[in-house]
Amino acid sequence: MTALVLVEVENGAVRQASRSAVAAASRFGAVDAIVFGDGAQAAAALPGVTRVLSVPGLVNDLAEPAADLLAARAKDYSHIVAAASATGKNILPRLAGLLDVQPIPDVVEIKDVDTFVRPIYAGNALATVRSADSIKVLTVRGSNFDPVAAEGGSATVETIEAPASEKSVFVKVELSASDRPELESARVVISGGKGLKDAANFKLLEPIADKLNAAIGASRAAVDSGFAPNEMQVGQTGKIVAPELYIAVGLSGAIQHLAGMKDSRVIVAINTDPEAPIFKVADYGIVGDLFEVLPTLEKAL
Amino acid sequence: MTMKVLVPVKRVVDYNVKVRVAADGSGVETQGVKMSMNPFDEIAVEEAVRLREKGAAKEVVVVTVGAQAAQDVLRTAMAMGADRAILVRTDDTLEPRAVANVLKAIATREEAGLICMGKQAIDDDMNATGQILAAKLGWPQGTFASAVTVADGRIEVAREIDGGTEVVSLTLPAVVTADLRLNEPRYASLPNIMKARKKPLETVEIDSLGVDTASRLTVVSVAEPAERKEGVKVNSAAELVEKLKTEAKVI
Amino acid sequence: MTQIEREEMEFDVVVVGGGPAGLSAAIRLKQLMPDAGVCLIEKGSEIGAHIVSGAVIEPRTLDELLPNWRDLDAPLRTQVTEERMLFLTETRSFAVPYLDRVMPQMANHGNYVVSLGEVCRWLGEQAEALGVEIYPGFSGAELFIENDHVAGVITGDMGIERNGEHGPNFTPGMILRAKQTILTEGARGSLTGHAMKRFGLRKGVEPQTYGLGIKEVWEIPAEKHRPGLVQHSFGWPLDDNTYGGAWLYHFGENLVSFGFVTGLDYANTYLSPFEEMQRTKLHPAFREHFEGGKRLIYGARALSEGGFQSIPRLIFPGGVLAGDSAGFLNVPKIKGTHTAMKSGMIAAEAVAEALEKDKKEAASMTARVQQSWLWSELRDVRNIRPAFAKWGMKLGALYSGIDSMILRGRAPWTLHHPHADNETLRPASVCTKIDYPKPDGKITFDRVSSVFLSSTNHEENQPVHLKLRNETVWQTVNHDVFDSPESRYCPAGVYEQEQTGENAWQLRINAQNCVHCKTCDIKDPTQNIDWCTPEGGGGPNYPVGM
Repeated sequence: MTALVLVEVENGAVRQASRSAVAAASRFGAVDAIVFGDGAQAAAALPGVTRVLSVPGLVNDLAEPAADLLAARAKDYSHIVAAASATGKNILPRLAGLLDVQPIPDVVEIKDVDTFVRPIYAGNALATVRSADSIKVLTVRGSNFDPVAAEGGSATVETIEAPASEKSVFVKVELSASDRPELESARVVISGGKGLKDAANFKLLEPIADKLNAAIGASRAAVDSGFAPNEMQVGQTGKIVAPELYIAVGLSGAIQHLAGMKDSRVIVAINTDPEAPIFKVADYGIVGDLFEVLPTLEKAL
Repeated sequence: MTMKVLVPVKRVVDYNVKVRVAADGSGVETQGVKMSMNPFDEIAVEEAVRLREKGAAKEVVVVTVGAQAAQDVLRTAMAMGADRAILVRTDDTLEPRAVANVLKAIATREEAGLICMGKQAIDDDMNATGQILAAKLGWPQGTFASAVTVADGRIEVAREIDGGTEVVSLTLPAVVTADLRLNEPRYASLPNIMKARKKPLETVEIDSLGVDTASRLTVVSVAEPAERKEGVKVNSAAELVEKLKTEAKVI
Repeated sequence: MTQIEREEMEFDVVVVGGGPAGLSAAIRLKQLMPDAGVCLIEKGSEIGAHIVSGAVIEPRTLDELLPNWRDLDAPLRTQVTEERMLFLTETRSFAVPYLDRVMPQMANHGNYVVSLGEVCRWLGEQAEALGVEIYPGFSGAELFIENDHVAGVITGDMGIERNGEHGPNFTPGMILRAKQTILTEGARGSLTGHAMKRFGLRKGVEPQTYGLGIKEVWEIPAEKHRPGLVQHSFGWPLDDNTYGGAWLYHFGENLVSFGFVTGLDYANTYLSPFEEMQRTKLHPAFREHFEGGKRLIYGARALSEGGFQSIPRLIFPGGVLAGDSAGFLNVPKIKGTHTAMKSGMIAAEAVAEALEKDKKEAASMTARVQQSWLWSELRDVRNIRPAFAKWGMKLGALYSGIDSMILRGRAPWTLHHPHADNETLRPASVCTKIDYPKPDGKITFDRVSSVFLSSTNHEENQPVHLKLRNETVWQTVNHDVFDSPESRYCPAGVYEQEQTGENAWQLRINAQNCVHCKTCDIKDPTQNIDWCTPEGGGGPNYPVGM
């Protein structure tokens, strides 16, 4: 069996989520990669990848030609895999439609070649599903699979002509003006709670966020207290996040908040109260005054 | 403009309800809990109604696939401004692929010029029906839309992508899937709910469509996520950074 | 402020509140006048979403309202099979002997343990089948008054932003015109309060007194489940001067309803009804029921305890009061469903008569109530709850036995409710702090994780619906004298006192957490907290089972 992985390359480097997708796909057998636009070389360097299908002519990830192209190649593969990213979620279900198969999104665990675990109800339940399709089309959650290294492999590269796209035309892309990543897609999130005491103190999170390229979040209590705007709220009534690293600063870990971040891979808590519920879910905890801990943390990074 | 907008909607467990896994692991308890229209679908209904109000569309038709009780979300959609509704009746739970087959039949029958739907349902979180439907119809897709403009037989869709927005221009007919920032849906006001009772609601038995609605996935089990285990306390920021680097390998 | 343009719709009768009383009234009306236009509004997101009750119900009224209820798949499935009333000390329990004679009101033979939320959903279906128009998610915000009589209600405006301005989705409330308006909002209803004030309905009656019921629903291992088991307790953990007690019912599919009622005339400002409820579960008489189980739902609601002496005038120009809005709960029986339903039926009958005769007042309501079993039932038990307030729990129980067993409710005297519940709190300086155990996360829990299980929510940009009339009064009275009692009596953690500087405190109001129990509106010492109706659809979303 061979799997085909849609590998996303950004600024010459394979995105970590795609390296996780390659790791997941190697569970099925040999792995081929397909790269849209430039970047075939970066994909060819991934350990475990045998062959790279390079489509330099398809620069803007348009779903229509991408899905057409994947569908034309699909019969050679048992599994077609992508990261559960905006790109993966745009293209792969369309591919599934062309192949008349049922896609399996957001896989967090692979039980065997046709059995997968995926979250439903915003992660409040985990469904184990078995697919009867001959070609499995799935997207995988990066945080649940250790990524392969960025280098060490030497795959062959085959260049493919991009099909034309008439029905869908790329117009432009606008990347967020802020240097800070968005909460829901950030690899690292640092959130503040009522322990920060006022809105001005939220600035204390920024130098650390800068160093880690983290998004900044807030607990509902902090939002309710006017320390942070509502769009920063992480939790049941705010944004649900699952970054690689979540740093909770001065927030107790109310259950509404936990519901919004408990799927993070690694959780760090900084709080004065050793009994705070946040420590119950944290992998690493520091009991201490955040106003003392934050500056030392910034220095240590 | 004579374009007809088809808005598929789904009845799901209300987003305020804390779901719980059935004791036998067969699924999530949905008996006796508050059900509502999928929030992303409300956004899609709102956008379709706005297109009609702007003169870019002639009629908004909502459709759902489900049991008789699902007609309450159709009524809500009509209270928000949809003109008429279709209930494709089935007591089975269908997968996105099967739903797309049903919707393709309805879209063809209705000669829809645009399908506007939520990007995903908050129950199965599949985020797939729109894309599958677009593929099956051979239409272009504008997924995760945060803004749409219809002009000169095309639709321009601003799409939410990781780290920003991408704009694509699609020929019509097309499928657009709504993301959270597309709009803030209006309330279904009481006068409009009363008026919606009189709007036409057609029931179509699913078998009469003659489409493939078989399941391709078997649900082996549904479980609650494992509770996180309490980790370790560290004594200093330096020790924390060390552990994050060497043990957790996260920075 | 500019006049808001509102749409209107005309009905014969508008019912405010979709609990057992309102639904019974609506059903009865359509039975009597099938062509009448009857509209029922409910502030919860669906019928049943705001219903909290034990509940053991007596099917008497249901037999009168829908005699064929057994053929209609009514959700009365668990008959009471065994029952006991326990007096608790800290470690032991004593069953009251000869319960059916000492506390005959407590005899539950032939009664059912139900989820009242489920019963209400079912009643809603029956009402809709008869042609009642039910609109959940819409609150009655104001009485619509014309020529000094009530001519319907105005539903709440939607889409008002936190600062009070109209947001982009502002949707004005609607005028629901009605020849007769039936208010069945439950205890401490907002429109009921307006009507009482405007039309002087409480003149000459004793103050209404209340209890706060806090409830959990558990799923327990099948081998422990004893469907139909009904257990009540009094005594520990409350002191002898505080009225209250616990209930525990086994019902449905491995479900247990557990709850605790605290009389809101309690005096110790440090008392926390929530924590009394939590620690009761640790008593040996209760604990075993929860071990190995899982808590599913949490909720709270105030209930009327004044009984007979506190029932106000029921009629006002253009409408009537029924159910717990009027206070028809039978406290010694710990039941209010059958009385609420009965009063709703009577309201419908009186209203139907007024409609037929084209009268503004449903004048026959009072006489109809007085001639029914409802009146004698409440009259006979009128002295029991005040006796507990007057003499404490032990002597109260003794009196209750004498009153019921020997006097059979015919005592020539009537005991009074001397104080409203907001007048009974004692200053913190003379109160003893209560050392409540920390939640163990298995049987006992904290407020935040509990509120989570009420599935409550409010649209977050709306104005805060719990209004502090005067902040200085909070500082000088609530904080300085009583040490912020609202932070303890609120079962949803809405109120927190927050230090803002040296000797400076303020009250934080987490209005989103509110479960609509109305305790703050009742118990605040100076009535400084005003519980206003939030945007419709807000508040708890209790599922079936509650």
